[in-house]
Amino acid sequence: MQSSNMMRHVYGWLLLTPAAILLITFTHYPTVATVYESLFSKGTSTRPSRFIGIENYELMLEDPIFWKVLVNNLWFALGTIPASIGLAIAMALLVNKALPGRSFLRLAYFTPTILPMIAVANIWLFFYSPDIGLIDQVLGLFGFSGHNWLGDPDTVLGAIIIMTIWKEAGFFMIFYLAALQHLPPELEEAAKLEGASRWYYFRRVVFPLLMPTTLFVLINAVLNSFKLVDHLFVLTKGGPDNASNLLLYYIYENAFSYFDTSYAATLTVVLLTMLALMALAQFFILDKRIHYR
Amino acid sequence: MFTIIKTRMVRLILAACFGVFTSAAQAATELTMYYPVAVGGPLTQVVDGIIADFMKENPDIKVNAIYAGNYNDARIKALAALSSGEPAQLSVMFSIDIYELIEQDAIVAFDDVVTTAEDRKWLDSFYPSLMENGRTGGKTWGIPFQRSTIVMYYNKDAFRAAGLDPEKPPATWDELAASAKKLTKADGSQWGLMIPSTGYPYWMFGALAMQNGQVLMNGAGNETYYDAPATVEALQFWKDLGAKHKVMPQGTIEWGTLRQNFLEGKTAIMWHSTGNLTTVKKSANFDFGVAMLPANKRRGTPTGGGNFYIFKQTSAEERTAAMKLIKYMTSPEVSAEWSIKTGYMGVSPAAYQTAKLQDYVKGFPYAAVARDQLEYATAELSTYETGRVRKALDDAIQAALTDAKTPAEALKEAQGTARRLLRAYQ
Repeated sequence: MQSSNMMRHVYGWLLLTPAAILLITFTHYPTVATVYESLFSKGTSTRPSRFIGIENYELMLEDPIFWKVLVNNLWFALGTIPASIGLAIAMALLVNKALPGRSFLRLAYFTPTILPMIAVANIWLFFYSPDIGLIDQVLGLFGFSGHNWLGDPDTVLGAIIIMTIWKEAGFFMIFYLAALQHLPPELEEAAKLEGASRWYYFRRVVFPLLMPTTLFVLINAVLNSFKLVDHLFVLTKGGPDNASNLLLYYIYENAFSYFDTSYAATLTVVLLTMLALMALAQFFILDKRIHYR
Repeated sequence: MFTIIKTRMVRLILAACFGVFTSAAQAATELTMYYPVAVGGPLTQVVDGIIADFMKENPDIKVNAIYAGNYNDARIKALAALSSGEPAQLSVMFSIDIYELIEQDAIVAFDDVVTTAEDRKWLDSFYPSLMENGRTGGKTWGIPFQRSTIVMYYNKDAFRAAGLDPEKPPATWDELAASAKKLTKADGSQWGLMIPSTGYPYWMFGALAMQNGQVLMNGAGNETYYDAPATVEALQFWKDLGAKHKVMPQGTIEWGTLRQNFLEGKTAIMWHSTGNLTTVKKSANFDFGVAMLPANKRRGTPTGGGNFYIFKQTSAEERTAAMKLIKYMTSPEVSAEWSIKTGYMGVSPAAYQTAKLQDYVKGFPYAAVARDQLEYATAELSTYETGRVRKALDDAIQAALTDAKTPAEALKEAQGTARRLLRAYQ
């Protein structure tokens, strides 16, 4: 009896092994290695790296660019997340109806998601380009003079936020669309019988039922707002004067432009911690309020 | 008797085998080379063409030329390939990466690879100002290949329309500001001048500083002169073009879309790399000119572009093959062809003496502007910790151009950052 119990344990562990190996190799080990590396100085072959404790973290707190990119990133998150989720719900509600050319509209909304970010950024680079760009030409029709959207520190982050919303909303829409299709039609009929207005029906019935999707989308949106930096390579390279620089792009600059992998590791630890905290908060706080059917 | 025959047979077989082996080994000298393209246009096809010709002439060497994005990407890919054990024997990388590559112990000096007196003479066959960024500590680490300077492209039709002499482009800062004023249309449909300030702002600024008689760093790569009075003046002038003279849009100007702006007539003058010359020539539907950059105290431009480097982790055989390839690609004939197809410069005086390039220059004199300007050229900004030291200046330039800081403040901060970074290298 004893041995068969043990066999069951072994069996269980064996079943876990493939997943465990993948997790450890690609998630846990890199995380630990990152933390470890952040405690060392930048190494070159002439000056090998040495243990310096938390000096990298002290440097980071004094680094004005770090604070700048952090604040930028918070604005970027605040600008993109609610807007893209709201837009996604609106689009999903629209294409969930029986409209002529519905599939075409769905495809149109989804197209930005299919395009690679680099391609998108290249298109928008010309949209935003002063005078010759699409945006300035359209504004020109109404008598506005050209504006240097990406060259002005006051507008560059906003310009990037708008492009990201355009890119992201279609992706989130797909999830909402799937959730909407699963809503039982009786609910809508019942609401109509009771004389509920469409807004009331959305607010009290549809939106709460969409909450599980919203949580999923929200987590993705938060992660993306820290993970998506591809467009910076094409659009601004973080400029002018770091006005559009984001945390992950700054990490990239440190690791690959300055070869300072230790400082990049330090910044990565901060990014990881922030993401982990936010994911935890979302799970624990929001999860309790969500109605799962 | 029988034994002798047997011995001979064995020898014969051995020789045959050995012969096969050696020829197999020769055919297997395989070189992997990364190269960047920074200005767009079909440059990858040009490189592939040259490589194909090289392999035709040298069937014992196989070259994998890998296009690796812009200069940054190329360096990252090459170094990542090296550290992960992927073979790469040589690479075209940014000429200013030299200190970083030396510090990473990634490259070998050409002085240690060349063996014959002839080879040593070859090292001196290039334009000296193109060698500045490739030499430090008395050794040569980079061989010029896709090299450029900044030149001034101008729209002759716009000059005529504004009542300016199209054959007399502005030669001083004052003339530049005055001409640009006349070229700027009040309704905003045409600017007088655009100097790009994203991507490589420090490069454009190197030209302005040099024109004001100031270099940005010393030859040892451990000192910068960001807050020298002449440097501040140069940045003030750049800013004034937008803020005071109103001949250039305010804020930063995008490097990537500038050529399009020029081709669509949105700016009458642009400063850009010579690497754009052939593309501009092919796509401009107006009469355009190319001139040296104007002077304030003197003329000046930094050189720019990519050098050949040989990596340290290479066998003697691979180094010989790499040298052969580099010699081929920088030879006068190939360099001339490369220059004609791209606008990049011929790297040696001999390239401009080839019949090919001489004919081309005769028909299209602007192809020689970059070469003529070499006389006034200086090295591109390059120091130890080059990424951060450069970024400090880039940020300062953009902060000044977008009015966040005054030129003096911004440059003083940048100098402080650079001094801190370079303290360890004094």
